[in-house]
Amino acid sequence: MPDSGLERTSVLRLENVSLSFDGESKVLDNVSLDMRTGDTRIILGAAGAGKSVMLKLALGLLKPTSGRIFLFGQDVTNYSEGQWFETRSHIGMLFQEGGLFDSLTIEENVAYPLINRSHQSPEQAHPRVAEALQFVELGHTLSKFPSELSGGMRRRVGIARAGIADPALLLYDSPTAGLDPITANNIMALIVQERELRNATSAIISHRFQDGHIMANFRYNSESKRLERIPGNSPLRLRTRFVVMRDGRIVFEGSESELDASTDPYIAKFSMQRSVH
Amino acid sequence: MLDILKSPIVTFQEFILLAGRATRNIVSRPFYGTDVILQMDTIGVGSLPITILIGFFSGAVMALQMSRALSQYGATGQVGQITAITLVRELGPVLTALLVAGRNASGIASELGSMKVTEQIDAMRALGTDPIKKLVTPRLVATCSMLPLLTIVADFIGLCGGYLVAVPLMALTTSSQYWSTAWRSLQYDDIVQGLLKPLVFAFIIALVGCLYGIRTTGGTQGVGRATTQAVVVASVWIFICTFLITRVFV
Repeated sequence: MPDSGLERTSVLRLENVSLSFDGESKVLDNVSLDMRTGDTRIILGAAGAGKSVMLKLALGLLKPTSGRIFLFGQDVTNYSEGQWFETRSHIGMLFQEGGLFDSLTIEENVAYPLINRSHQSPEQAHPRVAEALQFVELGHTLSKFPSELSGGMRRRVGIARAGIADPALLLYDSPTAGLDPITANNIMALIVQERELRNATSAIISHRFQDGHIMANFRYNSESKRLERIPGNSPLRLRTRFVVMRDGRIVFEGSESELDASTDPYIAKFSMQRSVH
Repeated sequence: MLDILKSPIVTFQEFILLAGRATRNIVSRPFYGTDVILQMDTIGVGSLPITILIGFFSGAVMALQMSRALSQYGATGQVGQITAITLVRELGPVLTALLVAGRNASGIASELGSMKVTEQIDAMRALGTDPIKKLVTPRLVATCSMLPLLTIVADFIGLCGGYLVAVPLMALTTSSQYWSTAWRSLQYDDIVQGLLKPLVFAFIIALVGCLYGIRTTGGTQGVGRATTQAVVVASVWIFICTFLITRVFV
């Protein structure tokens, strides 16, 4: 279903999406968002602004009260759970706390999408799992359980699991929340690498402006195996946009410089973080 | 007034929907056989020691209580009959179900609740697995197959407990009379009733535990709340259902 060609087709489109629980106040209010192949969206906002809910809607874990959701050009708004299983196989998601299964080893966790969706045997999946874990520098943790790993390590395992089936769309829910700055920067470096290596469309929820700054300004050089600054005229820079949410609404969407230039006190809070750190 | 009624009605509706989906999944692929066996081990084998203990003492206490009442009528020879009927019809199924509710409905609710609050259930859906099929159906199948077996064990051990009190301890009757009256007193209806009840209770225990687990909200505090609610609701429904089933047979 996903188009991996050079043409920038629509990957995720939300059209006037609203969501409320039990008729209470709206958790999402008339949200519209359009992401095309290779795009990166950094979604910023205070706690309770509706960021995670938006990603869960994009993944079909919640159904909108009104509005339409398109994934890979298909209207998925009224998809049944069974139809969603096929669509979700093209999406990788990193949950806030990693979302790793407690009862499975790290190897089984990372192999889960391959065994479950591609019906590979654990032996067939093993080389790719080992490679994915090596990518996040956790090749030595195959037989460990999630409870034996630190928060940052669990997040890295989550990144390995999200990307192992080569999804066309990667969603990261607060990948750096609660982590120390060094670990947080390492996680962001991995996400940049993942974006470059898979040429995937990515949406990243974050409370930290720095995370967006890394995504907007750096790319992974596979030859030097390091992050390097993106040239000013690179299309990658243009495809990285910031979204700021407040009380269930998108109150800003634009480039990093536009975010910096914003005079709105709420929006400026997220840009000012850069100078604070 | 309507708000007070809304919550239990919504919960009951969710229970029915969950029951429908979980039951339908029994006959649809994929089958999670390993999970079923794992749950059978946890629910069945794990509950066996405590079932034996409770079964033994409930039978022994029944025989003790009956000894006094029956001696007034010179009918101590009927102690086997009364113990058997009471255990097979009522005490065995209800006590075993309450035990399994306390042990497993809470376990299921807390396990699934923890998975819910740590987004493992969302992750499961995101990775293409139906959580009802993977988590609920195996627990339902395991409980429905294990609880009747546990009840049979509890009934038999209870009869043994009654025997120890009635024959060697208090010499109320002879060994052969105890076992023959116990055996002969049991009608076909008693056996059906004694096996239908655990099946219905198993359905309640597994689904109530799963329902409260997968609708957990509010972090670790919510997990604790879901666990308590699961045990209370399952226990109450066990008593309501035993009354309704008994009413059909009496």
